[in-house]
Amino acid sequence: MSKILIRGAQVLGGEPQDVLIDGDTIAATARQGEIDGSGTGLSAEGATVVEADGKVLLPGLVDLHTHLREPGREDSETVLTGTRAAASGGYTSVFAMANTFPVADTAGVVEQVYRLGKESGYCDVQPIGAVTVGLEGKKLAELGAMHESAAGVTVFSDDGKCVDDAVIMRRALEYVKAFGGVVAQHAQEPRLTEGAQMNEGVVSAELGLGGWPAVAEESIIARDVLLAEHVGSRVHICHLSTAGSVEIVRWAKSRGIDVTAEVTPHHLLLTDELVRSYNPVYKVNPPLRTERDVMALREALADGTIDIVATDHAPHPHEDKDCEWGAAAMGMVGLETALSVVQHTMVDTGLLTWAGVADRMSHTPARIGQADGHGRPVSAGEPANLTLVDPAYRGPVDPAGFASRSRNTPYEGRELPGRVTHTWLRGRATLVDGKLQ
Amino acid sequence: MMRHLISAADLTRDDAVLILDTAEEMARVADRPIKKLPTLRGRTVVNLFFEDSTRTRISFEAAEKRLSADVINFTAKGSSVSKGESLKDTAQTLEAMGVDAVVIRHGASGAPYTLANSGWIDAAVINAGDGTHQHPTQALLDAFTMRRRLVGRDAGLGQDLAGKRVTIVGDILHSRVARSNVDLLHTLGADVTLVAPPTLVPVGVEHWPCEVSYDLDRVLPKSDAVMMLRVQRERMNAAFFPTEREYSRRYGLDGERMARMPEHAIVMHPGPMVRGMEITAEVADSDRCTVVEQVANGVSIRMAVLYLLLGGNEPAVTHTRPATERPAHTVLSDEEK
Repeated sequence: MSKILIRGAQVLGGEPQDVLIDGDTIAATARQGEIDGSGTGLSAEGATVVEADGKVLLPGLVDLHTHLREPGREDSETVLTGTRAAASGGYTSVFAMANTFPVADTAGVVEQVYRLGKESGYCDVQPIGAVTVGLEGKKLAELGAMHESAAGVTVFSDDGKCVDDAVIMRRALEYVKAFGGVVAQHAQEPRLTEGAQMNEGVVSAELGLGGWPAVAEESIIARDVLLAEHVGSRVHICHLSTAGSVEIVRWAKSRGIDVTAEVTPHHLLLTDELVRSYNPVYKVNPPLRTERDVMALREALADGTIDIVATDHAPHPHEDKDCEWGAAAMGMVGLETALSVVQHTMVDTGLLTWAGVADRMSHTPARIGQADGHGRPVSAGEPANLTLVDPAYRGPVDPAGFASRSRNTPYEGRELPGRVTHTWLRGRATLVDGKLQ
Repeated sequence: MMRHLISAADLTRDDAVLILDTAEEMARVADRPIKKLPTLRGRTVVNLFFEDSTRTRISFEAAEKRLSADVINFTAKGSSVSKGESLKDTAQTLEAMGVDAVVIRHGASGAPYTLANSGWIDAAVINAGDGTHQHPTQALLDAFTMRRRLVGRDAGLGQDLAGKRVTIVGDILHSRVARSNVDLLHTLGADVTLVAPPTLVPVGVEHWPCEVSYDLDRVLPKSDAVMMLRVQRERMNAAFFPTEREYSRRYGLDGERMARMPEHAIVMHPGPMVRGMEITAEVADSDRCTVVEQVANGVSIRMAVLYLLLGGNEPAVTHTRPATERPAHTVLSDEEK
């Protein structure tokens, strides 16, 4: 491993500093020009120099909610293409959801995904285990065996489906306490969302598309925070999408309930008005909500009610989106645009500092998912998992340049700020000047 | 005139009146011994039906044939669609066959919109009903029927439905007919009231240009036209209402209720009727019920829409009106030019 000197980067958006990477760790941080200068005793001799004037250095991003599709749907994404997309977007760690084919509900499947992540080398892949066998909501999967496997699973989720049976949810919450696990809930009351195609409201009434009411999310969140309180467990709410959900989580936190919540970049920016185009690229679950919801989510992310941003990166092949709305698959890719959307909606609006971004997109997701070595401070002795961002960049999103195998982005052609130029995974550059290594 | 007809909401007042006026001309063809115009000779129209609807398909087919178009009927059952072929592939196959217009019925809301705007085909697209979204020719034939009955056959030319009070009763939530009618009737100046149990009214209806009531008896005396919608029996199993009998008692139209309507008021139904459920036989068979007329008017309206969208080369509108009353898009006959 060689030395890398990142010169003049604004660490977490602060004053320009020099950061020296030696091998897989950060060797030193110092005021700009001090490394190699008198009195520090640090040498950057032989180091590759990265000029980072005007750029922001963040800890490598951590995505607690990614769909890598392998095994089973390698036509939409593989662990390799998905982790390349992650590196492009500034991520050094992703949590891979369990809704693969076969479902990641056994030690064997999670170990396979874990191994593929190791082999890819672009990003650490931490598999998420299913809560119930086959995501069917009937019988607990072997949660302990998945935790004890080489993959060391700590996060469990039936994402894509809600653990709607209150008893199963209660048991799962209780059971994972034995090894410090967390259940990540896809909050969707199934009966209230039968035939749901989009947010239930003014637009769905007009378009005649089946409505997905906010209360279907909110009622499950309310139930689950009460269950978590009752059994003294930790629960994580996936892709929270409504203003009402924010209120419930805020109440739960004020009551001392151990709940964390995530919001996706698209729910911070897009609204259900876009569905008027019937363009299936906007079809996602939970659905795009209203302007009022979007603003509530931004505020909640700013004030910490919502803990983290997670992408819910959901790759689908072209043919699953190039069709009529009703037949289209739900989901959007997100790894490669997440930071730009967060800058646009949270940083450029003054709601969040870059240090806040580091917290919501790296420190806290790493803590929730127990991703060792990720989400650490940018300081000497820490693992060199880092992301360098050019916040001044402006340009249209071009999916043709995506590393993901799928192109189902809602941002095609939309001008978004910010660009990840470099990503380092334990000192090894995975992205240099915007190019994958 | 627009290129496609996807939603009744896309029609301006002048567009809609032009279609209704053109349909009056088309209706005259039905009175002739030979019910045929050469207008769409050499044009090919496909009836692309992904959902069963014999009535609508036959109505379009009759309209197409009366305009001398070449007609291809495509039904999804037993076709390549049931073997997994997509709407896109089907559309492109038809495009390759040189189709000028596609009349599409689809179970998914938005499918005709996507067909018209995706770039898959160049043909004109006419929505013959999509999911619970829109059924614009149904709204047009309903408006046509109302104008004939409430304004007058010849007196109605050039006129809209300003000030007419229309009540639409039944399963609003799942009804593309209701959505299309609210849009078009509002554009034509009518006042619309929807009547249904709250479970069958969509969330968000407060943004529609109409009133909503749960009380049919209170609305009936103030109605010039009452449109009964079909209520599917399976809605009962999904708990939209407790029993068929309770629904009929509260929202069904029987002779006693009909008597509360003003004398000139008409009863409409898009068909097929469930007699005994939303409408009694007594009402369905009365002179005030326009169901059969609506069917006949449907052919005239669809002829008018096809004619106007496909820009037929034979003049269809031959009557003359004072220039000031002429809508912006009036099709001029050769004499008028």
